[in-house]
Amino acid sequence: MSTRTPLIYTPKILDLFRNPKNLGKMEDATVSSQAGSPACGDVITIYLKIEDSRIIDASFESYGCAANIAAASIITEMVKGKTLKEAWDITWEDVTNELGGLPSIKYHCSILAVGGLKRAIRKYFQEIVKMHPDWLPKDLSKEERQALEEEELIERIYRKYGVVP
Amino acid sequence: MVKVSEFLKQHGKPSREVYLDHENSGWVPPEVVEAMLPYFNQRGYGHPSITNLPGWEAYEVVESTLEKVNKTINARGGELVITHNGTEANNLAIIGTALGSGRERRKIITSAIEHVSILFPARSLEEYGYRVVTIPVDKEGFVDPDMLSMLIDYETLMVSIQMVNHEIGTIQNIKTLVETVKDKDDRIIFHTDAVDAYGRIKIDVEELGVDLMTLSSHKIHGPRGVGVLYVREGVRLKPIMHGALSTQKMWPGVENIPAIAGFNKAIDLTFTNFDDNVKKMKMLRDMLMDGILNNVPEVLLNGPRGDKRAPDNVNISFLHVEGESITVELSLRGVYVSSGSACTSRVLEPSHVILAIGRRYEEAHGSILFKVSRYHNKEDIEYVLSQVPPAIERLRIISPLARESREAVKKVVEV
Repeated sequence: MSTRTPLIYTPKILDLFRNPKNLGKMEDATVSSQAGSPACGDVITIYLKIEDSRIIDASFESYGCAANIAAASIITEMVKGKTLKEAWDITWEDVTNELGGLPSIKYHCSILAVGGLKRAIRKYFQEIVKMHPDWLPKDLSKEERQALEEEELIERIYRKYGVVP
Repeated sequence: MVKVSEFLKQHGKPSREVYLDHENSGWVPPEVVEAMLPYFNQRGYGHPSITNLPGWEAYEVVESTLEKVNKTINARGGELVITHNGTEANNLAIIGTALGSGRERRKIITSAIEHVSILFPARSLEEYGYRVVTIPVDKEGFVDPDMLSMLIDYETLMVSIQMVNHEIGTIQNIKTLVETVKDKDDRIIFHTDAVDAYGRIKIDVEELGVDLMTLSSHKIHGPRGVGVLYVREGVRLKPIMHGALSTQKMWPGVENIPAIAGFNKAIDLTFTNFDDNVKKMKMLRDMLMDGILNNVPEVLLNGPRGDKRAPDNVNISFLHVEGESITVELSLRGVYVSSGSACTSRVLEPSHVILAIGRRYEEAHGSILFKVSRYHNKEDIEYVLSQVPPAIERLRIISPLARESREAVKKVVEV
């Protein structure tokens, strides 16, 4: 059983929901990644254009609630101009603060946005430049793990109830 | 955290508004509000079980309302219990029946698409040794009488199946289901949650043969705060709430007299020109349903079509977009709806009703419930139809799933 307190959004979230910044697939992206699952109701795609270990452009797509769209949009604003190391260090709390706060039930939106970003950075090093900088942890970060857990959870639910996804 | 007033300022007041969320709570017409007002401080403001003039006046409201309810459901005999909402009436029906019965029957049968105010009290009884069996429904939400018959055994205490589904508008064939149950064992209690049927389809408890039936004021444009449980003569219930009894021996606490007076008026308004009202709702429903199905690509209609669908219900899954963001986007455009998405309910699970008819999780997340009413007109629906396609289109521009779907279609076309 659960309560249904209405979700109150900050002006920043509503503004980003109405006029999202950096929206859309980037055709000449250096790397892109996706996090979340359609069955869970939230998916974020992050596109990064990288030059000399610096993010020179970023964009997003989002399938999800208004907070999910706003979190994905704001993180692309936050990473522009940052080095990959600086971008890696962005926490989900940073994203939440940048949005002016989130209802606690929506924290997973900023966690998913950070998970998607970290996935993209890891993918860049693993698949594109094929090197591993010292600062990049070998193990998955908390946010990457959370995205993975969400993706696996729904597979489990489908298996449990005999529905083929 | 941000204050609601700040959020509302940011949201702004749309220049045109159409309220289509009568499922969750309704708009109350001025005539109903007017009928309520005297009972706060002019007459009938007393306690209906006390012997003074304001008390007798209050009692008159109760009596006259119950008479009207009886007439509109053709109840001859039996009792009507006034509660403070439909949830309470459903809880009384389920738990009160269990308490009122001997302990030898321990099985409660409900359908997979019941309102949670049936499912949760039923499940709460599992702790006390009761067994809840949930019948699956077909793709349109119908319960199969043969399956029901198969599940009935000597342990079955009661069956609770709603008359009209609150989310997808399926009108069950209650008469057949009651006959199925009673043919097997006429001591089994049959309850039906009729809150979404009242005022939309004709209800005749004598013809249907139900033992218990729930109604709710706010579902017929009455105020919130009044529920009714019809109890057939001879059905043994025990109260589940205890306190000072008023005119209702099954439900303690003073009756909400102004709300009951409003419900009384709402009954008049609903049942005067009943057939015309229903005809109008059906016309608006089909206009809205066809308008969306014909103008928005990649949508699914949830629930049946035609006469087996409630006259006010439109439920559509918009693929590749998520329901919470649809409700926000439409709210900014002055169109007020609700969604079966997990994101609006604060649990991971999306609507159990949409899942029970075989939809996938992502289809349930994108489901939107629109409920038309007799107070809408064609212009309202035209306005909604002018807003829904661009709202969905805008969210699909944001969604990676919509882009992937477009690209997949393009690829097929190119091949």
